[in-house]
Amino acid sequence: MKLEIAELTQRFGATTVLDRLSLSTGDIQALVLVGPSGGGKSTLLRILAGLDVPVAGSVAFDGAALPRDEEALRRYRRTVGTVFQAYNLFPHLSALDNLLLPLVHVHGLSRQAALDRVREPLERFQLMPHASKRPAELSGGQKQRIAILRALVVQPQRIFLDEPTSALDPEMTAEVLEMIGELKALGTQLVLVTHEMGFARRVADEVAFIGEGRVLAHGAAGFMFDHCPEPRVRGFFDRIVA
Amino acid sequence: MSRRLAHILVAAAFAALVAVAFSRVNYAWNWSAVWEYRDKFIQGWLTTVALSLAALVASTAIGAVASVCLQSRNVLVEAVGRVYVELIRGTPLLVQLLIGFYVIANAVGLENRFVVGVLVLSLFSGAYMAEIFRGGLAAIPQTQRDSARAIGLTPWQSLRLVILPQAVRLVLPAVAGQLVSLVKDSSLLSVIAISEFTLNAQEVNAVTYSTLESFLPLAAGYLVLTLPLSALSRWLEGRFRYEA
Repeated sequence: MKLEIAELTQRFGATTVLDRLSLSTGDIQALVLVGPSGGGKSTLLRILAGLDVPVAGSVAFDGAALPRDEEALRRYRRTVGTVFQAYNLFPHLSALDNLLLPLVHVHGLSRQAALDRVREPLERFQLMPHASKRPAELSGGQKQRIAILRALVVQPQRIFLDEPTSALDPEMTAEVLEMIGELKALGTQLVLVTHEMGFARRVADEVAFIGEGRVLAHGAAGFMFDHCPEPRVRGFFDRIVA
Repeated sequence: MSRRLAHILVAAAFAALVAVAFSRVNYAWNWSAVWEYRDKFIQGWLTTVALSLAALVASTAIGAVASVCLQSRNVLVEAVGRVYVELIRGTPLLVQLLIGFYVIANAVGLENRFVVGVLVLSLFSGAYMAEIFRGGLAAIPQTQRDSARAIGLTPWQSLRLVILPQAVRLVLPAVAGQLVSLVKDSSLLSVIAISEFTLNAQEVNAVTYSTLESFLPLAAGYLVLTLPLSALSRWLEGRFRYEA
């Protein structure tokens, strides 16, 4: 994917969260957004995922501009997957039904066809034994892996993940990150907001540092973590590692 | 001890206590006079059942519409919902019935007491339903709506597949309580001379002077309606059970 963002601005009331943010990536598979809390990462991701409409500016993936009207945005959302920080799953449905719901009701598959579709990924990620459980019976890591699977089984063009591990303990974080790593290996396009810097370095083709509503620095992962000259970025990484 | 057994034991103990109290009252029981009027009880009870069923359906529908109004972004629509709910909840049903029947229904030429009674009762109960429904919907976290949008559901699908199934479980106990109230509130329709259960019991009492014999069957007759409602609610709660 090649992402082009121009002069993107988002405001909530009097607060400007994104301030004429611009970014142009190469043709990459995985983009990681890092930066301080409140810097605008999640707001940016919600716009990229088609959940919010910016007050100004434009976004284009591979030359196709994101629409602004809700009807067209809904069609766009059906072509991508989104995973939130926590509480993604529908608590009244089993893990399996959580996976089937978008396939049956959004993508028009028969229940049998949907079952055939989810069987292989459930087995690949060792989630088959948990398929009939309700979310309340799953661990945090299992919940998040089902949520990622729900985004994956609709065969999206790319998956957006908004701090998918920040509500998890270290062990569960590891299992979720491992799964995201596998997605990368499978060729899935990813846009990921995370505070897991070691993982970001491994999985990212490019890293954008978002702060104060703008892109403060952007480049290949190795460059960003080791050689970025921008002092605010350096300071942030130093604090995180320390 | 099982829960069911405990319920039965406590109910039996309570009944025994009441029986003792009754035995100490110097009261000349005369069931035969009341027995003469058994058809009147049955007819009144059936009228109450019909009233309650009609009002149960209508008040749920009115409550659903009003709760949508309460959440409307249109200030005028929201105001209509809010004024309706506050006006109805803030005034006695008795007054609403009298004004509804003798003033409003009269003015629009609606003469069928049964229809007016069901309408007023439904509007009364609907105001409480509206707030119950609004509260239930508001208790579903925003993240659920976000998730529903993210997978591409339309607003209607999101409501039907994600929001309502969760909200139903939240509002069930309150709705059941409201429906039980509705059944008992239907007794007030006696003031506009609908010959329902309570009015008929009053009439039997007026003729036979057998007050307790007239009103004890009344209590039993309402329990026959309200206990199954409570049981149904508990059964539904069990069916919709899941930890959030």
